[in-house]
Amino acid sequence: MTLDIGGLTVSIGGKEILRGVDLRLEAGRVHGLAGESGSGKTMTGLAVLGLLPHGARVSGAIRLGERDLLTLPPKELNRVRGGEVAMVFQDPATSLHPMLTIGKQLTEHMRHHLKLGRAEARARAVELLGKVRIPGPEEAYGRFPHQFSGGMRQRIAIAIALACSPKVLIADEPTTALDVTVQAGVLRLLRGLCDELGLAVLLVTHDLGVMSAVADEVSVMKDGLVVESGPRGQVLREPAHAYTRSLLDSLPDAELR
Amino acid sequence: MSDTPGPPPSGGAGPSSTRKEPPSGSAGPLTTRTSPRRGAHPLARFLVRRVLLAVLMAWGITLVTFVLTNLVPGDPVAANLGQRALGDPAIVAQWRAEHGLDQPLWRQYLLHLQGLLQGDLGTSQQSHRPVSQDLAEFVPATLELAGAAILVSLVLGVAFGVVAALRRDRLSDHALRVLSLIGISVPTFWLALVAFYVFFYRLQLTPGSGRVDAALGLAPAVTGMQTVDALLAGRWDIFSSAVAHLVTPALVLALYTIGLLTRFTRSAVLEVLGQDYVRAARAKGLPGRVVLFRYVLRSALVPIITVAGLAFGSLLSGTVLVEAIFAWPGIGQYAYKSATTLDLPAVMGVGLVVGVVYLVINLVVDVLYGVIDPRVRLQ
Repeated sequence: MTLDIGGLTVSIGGKEILRGVDLRLEAGRVHGLAGESGSGKTMTGLAVLGLLPHGARVSGAIRLGERDLLTLPPKELNRVRGGEVAMVFQDPATSLHPMLTIGKQLTEHMRHHLKLGRAEARARAVELLGKVRIPGPEEAYGRFPHQFSGGMRQRIAIAIALACSPKVLIADEPTTALDVTVQAGVLRLLRGLCDELGLAVLLVTHDLGVMSAVADEVSVMKDGLVVESGPRGQVLREPAHAYTRSLLDSLPDAELR
Repeated sequence: MSDTPGPPPSGGAGPSSTRKEPPSGSAGPLTTRTSPRRGAHPLARFLVRRVLLAVLMAWGITLVTFVLTNLVPGDPVAANLGQRALGDPAIVAQWRAEHGLDQPLWRQYLLHLQGLLQGDLGTSQQSHRPVSQDLAEFVPATLELAGAAILVSLVLGVAFGVVAALRRDRLSDHALRVLSLIGISVPTFWLALVAFYVFFYRLQLTPGSGRVDAALGLAPAVTGMQTVDALLAGRWDIFSSAVAHLVTPALVLALYTIGLLTRFTRSAVLEVLGQDYVRAARAKGLPGRVVLFRYVLRSALVPIITVAGLAFGSLLSGTVLVEAIFAWPGIGQYAYKSATTLDLPAVMGVGLVVGVVYLVINLVVDVLYGVIDPRVRLQ
């Protein structure tokens, strides 16, 4: 399934955050969304799930298959959230509830969306933990988030996002809060899951190094607009827009070539 | 978080570059520590530690109440003996010897402590009964009053706070803010007088003073709390009369705590609502009710029970005025009478009870932290 964002504008308190964003996510492809802080990358991701801050005004269209997520009634939007479109957040130290077990956080939405029984949900959760390479998934099931390292927590967050077999995954800076040594593993995992499950992935990052490692398409945002978009090789090697060039120039040479 | 266990090794699956595992040398002890039954142990150990600490503090309370009571300027002899008896040194000496006041202070303390261990709090110089007997009569009455007040406050305060937070900056939020400010700032004794005047004297909706209708008599004492004892005895008439007597003073007492808890719950819930994990829960498509109860309230409960515990303590020790106005035979009235007559054993008894009640409340709050938040247990 494709996710098609067209002419998306968002304003909060009279200030325009997004000024007409167009993006297209395809199944089995990772679409990297780059840009500096405040350029609107994260807001684009949140808008897809209808999680914009209180008082935000949205227009445009976010089409998932036939439906426009922006006009979906709340109940149906809730079925899409977690069920068809899932999200991984930046900092796994804060995006998992510290007082609920990994198992609870892995199974609750499965039981809600897929109407699974306790035992079925548990079996699937353990399988998912294995899939994101958490050692000892059976034991991990009953533990709490603080008993895992940052990289492990982000893998768990990815498992939670994948629990209901979504078609689209929004990953908002999924490696920014992690150690450099751990980042590569999480990115490889995302890339692998995208290929294996045919996920359409939106990878939001300000790190062009991350982008060059896993993205198929790259879009660059500045001041609430997509200024450049295209296949990775093209955007990163022959940038057409001055802003993309300046982003690339700010990288240490070795990273891209 | 020193004993945070690392994940057990899994035979090398997965890219090793992404793991932050302890060296494999520690694999043995790790696997034994992560047996399924392990979960019960930290909570038990946590409990034992807290109880031991509470016992130590209880001893500290006996010392403080004893010293403070004996530092009070004023002569219990003069307060208890008549003018004529005071003129007779023999009577004064005999009275002092009877009450152990001729002993050196440290010896008096040891005797006091020895008595405490045997459940003997001394004899009240006013009622001429054992202080423990007096307390057994008055403490449950206050516990009943303050308990009812804190229950009402928790239910209403938390509900109001949640509503105010969810409807932030809307009319209901503003209305609740005004109400809670009124609750916090209206003096309790004034409210008690007004409530008594309006509901009893004017509208005759509530029975007046005391704990039950005198005509019904009291339920056989088990806990000393009329509502509970009446239920235990199956006496519905006494129960309804006891509840009717309890409602007004409990609500009067509760109003302040309701206001307090509304404010605290509102800010606690607002803080949690801004957390990443709440947004993550929404992103999972969980129904709003589940997000509120499982994700938001669970975290918000930690500051709420802290405040509720402290509020309960101050309810217990701050009921004097309400007890006086509603003629509620509780510990507040007893403390006041004992203090004004320099009835030192009774004063010490009250001090000890209030101190121990605070200890128990803190213990319960600590244990609740451990139940709610696994990170507390494991520390």
